[in-house]
Amino acid sequence: MLNYLQRLGATSLSMFERLGRGSVFFINILLSIPSVIVRPRLLIAQMYSVGVLSFSLIIISGLFVGMVLALQGFYTLSDFGAEGMLGVMVAASLIRELGPVVTALLFAGRAGSALTAEIGLMKATEQLSGMEMMAVDPVKRIMAPRFLAGLISMPILATLFSAVGILGGYFIGVGLLGIDEGGFWSQMQAKIDFDEDVINGLIKSVVFGWVVTWIAIFEGYDAIPTSEGVGRATTRTVVHSAFAILLLDFILTALMFGDI
Amino acid sequence: MHISRSIEILVGFFVAIGFVAMFFLSMEVSNLSSSNGNGGYDITANFENIGSLKVRAPVAMAGVNIGRVKAIDFDPESFEAVVTMKIEAKYNQLPSDSNASILTAGLLGEQFVGLEPGGEDEVLVDGSELELTQSALVLEQIIGQFLFSSDSEEE
Repeated sequence: MLNYLQRLGATSLSMFERLGRGSVFFINILLSIPSVIVRPRLLIAQMYSVGVLSFSLIIISGLFVGMVLALQGFYTLSDFGAEGMLGVMVAASLIRELGPVVTALLFAGRAGSALTAEIGLMKATEQLSGMEMMAVDPVKRIMAPRFLAGLISMPILATLFSAVGILGGYFIGVGLLGIDEGGFWSQMQAKIDFDEDVINGLIKSVVFGWVVTWIAIFEGYDAIPTSEGVGRATTRTVVHSAFAILLLDFILTALMFGDI
Repeated sequence: MHISRSIEILVGFFVAIGFVAMFFLSMEVSNLSSSNGNGGYDITANFENIGSLKVRAPVAMAGVNIGRVKAIDFDPESFEAVVTMKIEAKYNQLPSDSNASILTAGLLGEQFVGLEPGGEDEVLVDGSELELTQSALVLEQIIGQFLFSSDSEEE
């Protein structure tokens, strides 16, 4: 009995310890951001590997999610003779929820895991210690540019996802199912509010970008410097990011749309 | 660290297409293009009962949307609902004795404020109050009145 209690205590303590180290690490990254702004070339290189390389994945997923939403929505809405609302349904669900959430999940799998593996391997091959020996701060040189790149790329990717998804819904709704084109767009414009929907979706994507990149970089930095340790850290990044995204999404949705 | 020119171009393209997508979402998908932010003027109207009128519901005259409901408050002295409406700036020649009623779009549709023009030469300006209002029709009350009146006729 006491052994179980002891194990529970040890697990919670180590969890809080990791959380604490993660927070200190995050503050260090924040303090190093000015040095990235002075050297934007570091940021551009990371924007390429974090953002541009995720581009095709996001575009294709967004297109198919939008098309599926249109098909499934039409099935339900046609029962009520409300096919004209299809555009509203596709746009609202993409901008409010699916755009930020699905993009963040894909981003965690595509860019987050790559960040963890890269930084973990740098640690395992002692490149990080080498930098410290040369009096180069690895947080300034390696972590901060990657963090900032993730924070900037994620809203761009989520916006692209929503925009492409709406176009996909338009192709299916107007092109395949024969919904009136004018109604599709005008109903959408009448119902989707810029402040309420677009801005709130953007806030969500920034928060998800922050949490995914933070987890990815910290897991890499904190990985056990062996091949097995890096592998485990990469898995943890994807799993923890997915948990954090879905939990934060619930909290943010309750705060933003809960009072309607 | 050496960064090739093509990587910089690709990142530039990536950021630019992000802005294009944002522009598309704000102009084509949302109401930013039609609501033009600070243009327009506010008028208020007191209703006995607003039914299920919501903030951002349309304000229409002759079936054309000319504004939106901006705020709904409760007046603790007259026990009436105070509905503040923002009318678009280009519709600035509405007579000051126009009346407002709360209507329903279709049988189950959402509720909106319908304005009917009066005959005065004076026009509504920012802060004007509409004197003539008609409350929302609440289905339960109508059914209740109908049942009550048919009962009394039988006796």
